Amino acid sequence: MWERIRLEPSRFALHLAVLLIVAMWTLPTAGLLVSSLRDKNLIATSGWWTALTTTVRSAQTRTGEAAVQVEQDGRFVISGNLFEGAGDGPGTITAFGTRVAKPDEFAVGTTASYEDGRTLTVNADGAYSYTSPVKFEDGRGQRVFYMTAVPPKFTTENYSNVLFSQGIGRAFVNSLTVTIPATIIPILIAAFAAYALAWMKIPGRGFMISVVVGLLVVPLQMSLIPLLKLYNASGFLSKTYLGIWLAHTGFGLPFAIYLLRSYIAGLPRDLIESAQVDGANDFKIFRRIILPLSFPALASFAIFQFLWVWNDLLVAIVFLGTEPDKTVLTYQLNSLLGSRGGNWEILTASAFITIVVPLLVFFSLQGYFVRGLLAGSVKGG
Amino acid sequence: MADIKLTNLNKSYGQVHILKDVNLEIKSGEFIVFVGPSGCGKSTLLRSICGLESISSGTLEIDHAVVNEVPPSKRGIAMVFQSYALYPHMSVYENISFALENQGVPRAEIKTRVEKVADMLQLTPYLTRLPKALSGGQRQRVAIGRAIVRGAKVFLFDEPLSNLDAALRVATRMEIAKLKRGMPQTTMIYVTHDQVEAMTLADRIVVLQAGRVEQVGTPMELYEKPGNTFVAGFIGSPKMNLITGAPAEKAKCKTLGVRPEHLDISTKASAGSMQGTVEYTEVLGSDSFIYVATEHGLITARENGRTAVRTGDKVHLKPVEGQVHRFDDNGKRIEGK
Amino acid sequence: MTAQLFSALLTVVIGVGGCLAYFWGSNTLLDRLLPVDASNDERSIRNLKRQSTVRPWLFLLPALILLTIYLIYPVFQTIWLSFHDKAGDAFVGLDNYRWALNDTGFRTSIFNNFLWLLVVPAACTFLGLVIAVLTDRIWWGPLAKSFIFLPMAISFVGASVIWKFVYDYRAEGQEQIGILNAVVEWFGFSPQVWIAMPFWNNFFLMVILIWIQTGFATVILGAALRGVPEDTLEAAVIDGAGPFKIFWRIMVPQIMPTIIVVWTTITVLVLKVFDIVLTMTNGQWDTQVLANLMFDWMFRGGGDFGRGAAIAIIIMIAVLPIMIWNIRQANAEQKGGH
Repeated sequence: MWERIRLEPSRFALHLAVLLIVAMWTLPTAGLLVSSLRDKNLIATSGWWTALTTTVRSAQTRTGEAAVQVEQDGRFVISGNLFEGAGDGPGTITAFGTRVAKPDEFAVGTTASYEDGRTLTVNADGAYSYTSPVKFEDGRGQRVFYMTAVPPKFTTENYSNVLFSQGIGRAFVNSLTVTIPATIIPILIAAFAAYALAWMKIPGRGFMISVVVGLLVVPLQMSLIPLLKLYNASGFLSKTYLGIWLAHTGFGLPFAIYLLRSYIAGLPRDLIESAQVDGANDFKIFRRIILPLSFPALASFAIFQFLWVWNDLLVAIVFLGTEPDKTVLTYQLNSLLGSRGGNWEILTASAFITIVVPLLVFFSLQGYFVRGLLAGSVKGG
Repeated sequence: MADIKLTNLNKSYGQVHILKDVNLEIKSGEFIVFVGPSGCGKSTLLRSICGLESISSGTLEIDHAVVNEVPPSKRGIAMVFQSYALYPHMSVYENISFALENQGVPRAEIKTRVEKVADMLQLTPYLTRLPKALSGGQRQRVAIGRAIVRGAKVFLFDEPLSNLDAALRVATRMEIAKLKRGMPQTTMIYVTHDQVEAMTLADRIVVLQAGRVEQVGTPMELYEKPGNTFVAGFIGSPKMNLITGAPAEKAKCKTLGVRPEHLDISTKASAGSMQGTVEYTEVLGSDSFIYVATEHGLITARENGRTAVRTGDKVHLKPVEGQVHRFDDNGKRIEGK
Repeated sequence: MTAQLFSALLTVVIGVGGCLAYFWGSNTLLDRLLPVDASNDERSIRNLKRQSTVRPWLFLLPALILLTIYLIYPVFQTIWLSFHDKAGDAFVGLDNYRWALNDTGFRTSIFNNFLWLLVVPAACTFLGLVIAVLTDRIWWGPLAKSFIFLPMAISFVGASVIWKFVYDYRAEGQEQIGILNAVVEWFGFSPQVWIAMPFWNNFFLMVILIWIQTGFATVILGAALRGVPEDTLEAAVIDGAGPFKIFWRIMVPQIMPTIIVVWTTITVLVLKVFDIVLTMTNGQWDTQVLANLMFDWMFRGGGDFGRGAAIAIIIMIAVLPIMIWNIRQANAEQKGGH
C-alpha cells in the first residue's frame, strides 16, 4: 500500500527514526535491568550506562597508616595495594597523581615526588610504594588519586539478597496465589454469562448487555468504600484470599463478558442450531462446541486479566491488607521505595522481579494479547 | 409414517408478515421441493417446520400431532444446513455421532450405526479427519450422514447444493435422488431457488412467492398446467412468453402464454401467427434460441439443433396446437379453449 | 517457603474447584430434576422446554450476583455515602461537596487532573498514530511495535521505580545516576530535581503514563489503518494528493471512530490511575490527583468515608459522558445483531 504513495524520505531515515523511538522506549527498562546486576556501591556512584563498557574513572584512596611502615634502605616505606578495601575491587590503574585536580599526572610505574622528599610509586596492578626519608607521623595514610580502568562487572547478589531477606520471595508467592484464581474464575463465570447473553433466550437480554457496557467504565474508586465496609462487616471476607479473588472477579467481569460475548455471538449460527436440532441442551452445546471454539478469546482475556491482577496495587491494599504475610509484589515494591528509597540495588532488583513474570507472559503470548486489545476497539468508518 | 400438515400457517417478524396462510399436506415418503425467488419465504417455511422459527398462527402437524410448541429435537426431524454446519474441531466420526451421544445411545451401538452410515456414503476412509481436510462434496456427505444416522422420519434440506460448483452440483443432485430411492419411507423437504433441481428431484413442487403458496403439484403438472402467470414464468427455461394485447384478446383472455419450445418459426405467414424481426439468436449446439421483436414485445422461440434463422430476418411465429395457456385479469389460469 | 507454596496451591485449587463445582453441579441437578430422554413423549418435551427457561439463569447467576455486589450496589452506596459523615452515619447533605470545592488539596487535584486529561490522551493517540504509520512501512515493524507496547505489561509501581531512577537527582559535582540529569549535564546545564519542579513536575509524571499507554494506541490504530480500503488511497494518489494530504484527509477521517475509542479509553484510565502519583510523589509538590486524593481520604485518620465518596462521585461524573456514549454505540450495533 505505501509503495504507491511515493513518500520520498529515504528508507534509511525511516529505519533510523523507528530505531530511535524504540531505543528511547526501551532505555528506561534497560537501565533498570543493568543496574540490578551491578554491585551496590557502583549503582549509587555511577550511571548505569557506564557499566556496559570498560570505563576509565578517577578514584581515590589512602595508603596504609603510619603504623605499618617499615624501614628499608634508610627510608621509611609504606607499601600495599591501592585496591585493598576500595569499593571497586581489583582493576587496572592507568595513571595516578598526588593532587585531586590531577589524578592522572603520573604514568604507572613511575615515581611521583612530594616537596619534602617523599615519593610515591604506583603500579598498574595497584601495588604502591610510599617512601619518606623520615618516619611517618601521620596516622591516616596519604591520599592517592588514580585513574582506573573498570571492566563491566555484574553480580546476582542483589537478587539473592532481595529474594530471601527483603520479603520479595514471599510476596512473589502471594502474588501468584492472588493472580491465578483471579484469572481463572472470571473466565469461567464470564464465559457462561457471555454465552447466555449471546445465544440464549432471556427476557431483558438487551438491557443486561447495555448494563455491562456501562459498567466497563465505572471507576474502581466507586466500589472501594462500600465494599470495604461490607467486607469489614462480614468478618469472614476481610483480608482473605477469597475476598480478593471475588473482588478481582467482580471488577474484571464487565470486560470479560463484553469481550467473550462479542466473540461468541460471532460464531456461526448454524453450528448452534444444528446442535439444538440434534438434541443437545445448552450446557452440552457450551461444553462441546462453544468453549473449544472460543479458545482465542478466552486466551486473550486470560492474559489481560493476569497482567491486570498481577500489576494491581489498589485492590490488594484495600482488600487483602498490608500484613507482612499477605502483601503482594506491587505493595512490597511500593513500601521498599519508602523505606529503602536510597538503596537502588534493592529497588532495581525488586522491581525487576515484579516485572519479569508479566514480561514473560507478554512475550510468549503477544498474539493473544494484541487480539484482546483489538476486540471491540476497532470500529469501521 | 410421517405425514406433515400445515393449516393456515402464518409467521411474522414484528410488523413484517413473512408467511401468509400456508396450507399444505405432505404424505409420508414424499420428496417435496419448496421453490421460489429470493425472499419468498421458503427458508423460513422450512425452518418453521424444523422448529428453529416460531409459528405466529396456524398449526403444524407431524404424524398427526400438533408440534407448534415442540422443540426441534423432539419433532423427529433432521436438517441439512446450507453451510453444512459441521463442527470444525470434531472429526467426521464425532460429527456424525454427536446426535446419538445426546440421545444417550450406548457407545458400541453408536459405533455400529456411524460405521454403517459412513459406508453408505463412502466416508469410511475419512472418519478421523477434521472437516477442514475434506472437499466440499465430502463435507456435504458428512452433513447428510449426520441426518441419516439419527433415523429421523423427516429430512429437511436448506439449499444444500448452492455452495457447490456447477459440475459437482449435477453429480450431487443424482446422489440425492439415489439416496431418496434407498429411503422410501422417509419424507424429504428440500428448499432451492433453482427450478432445475426442483423439476428433477421432486415428487411434488411447492412454488412460493412473497410468503404465499402459488401452486402445489407434480413437476409435469406445473409445467403443463401452471395455475397463474407467476408459476408459468417461473417454471421452464427459458421463460414462457407472456403476451398481452391483440393476440390475447383474440384468445379471449388477458394474458396469453406460450413456451418457446411450443412456437413454430416460419418465413411464411399463417393463420394465428405473429410477425416480427429476429433481434438476436443464441446457438448452443443442442438448441437454439431466437429472440424476435414483435409488436407485442420480445418473444423467445426455441429450435432443435442449429437454426437457419439469422438476425434481421423477418419471421412468423405460430403456437403449436393446444399448447397455449390463457390467464385472466388476475393472472389466474383459464381452463378450456 | 515450601509450606507457603503448598498452602498457596491448595487455596488456588479450592478456589477454582469451587467455581467449577457450581457450574457442573447446578446443571447436572437441573438435568436430574427435569429429566429429558430420547423419546418424544410429553414429559420429555415439557421438561426440555422448562430446562431451557431455567438454564440461562444458572449460567448468568454468578455473574449477575458478582456484578451487583461489586459494581452496581457500590455505585448507589457511594452516592449515598457522599451525603453522610465520615463514618457513614449522619446525614450531612451537600457538606462534603462544599468542603471539596473549598479545599486546596481538592482544587489542586482538579487542576492537575485537567492537565493530565488534556495531555495524556492526546499525546498517546498522536504518538500512537505516528508510530503505527512509521512501523507499518518497515519489515521489522511488528518487532518494533512489541517494544513500544512492552511497558503495558509492567505494573504502574514498577514503571514508577524505573522512572524514579531515570529522574534521579544528585547534587552538582556528583556523578549523576539518572539518565535525564546525565544528559542535561552533558549539554552543559545543571541537574534538576524533576519531580519537585513546580507545575512542570506533573508533566514528568505524565510521561510515565504516556510511556505505558502509547503501545495500546499504536496497536489499535495500526490495525485500524490497515483496515482502510486501499482503493480510497489509490484514488487519492491518482487524483494527485501528496502523502500528508492523504494521511490527514483520507486515512484519519476513515479511522476516526477508532481514534475516538482510543482517546476515550485512555481518558477513563487517566481518571482511575493512582499508583503513579502515589509511588512517585504521594501527592507532594502539588502533584495530587483525584484518584490519589480519594485513596488518601479513605484511610487518613481512620478514614473519612463521606469525603472519599464525594471525590469518587466527582470522578464518576467525569466519566459519565463517555459511559453514555459507549452504551449508545453498543445499542446501535446490537440492532444488527440477534
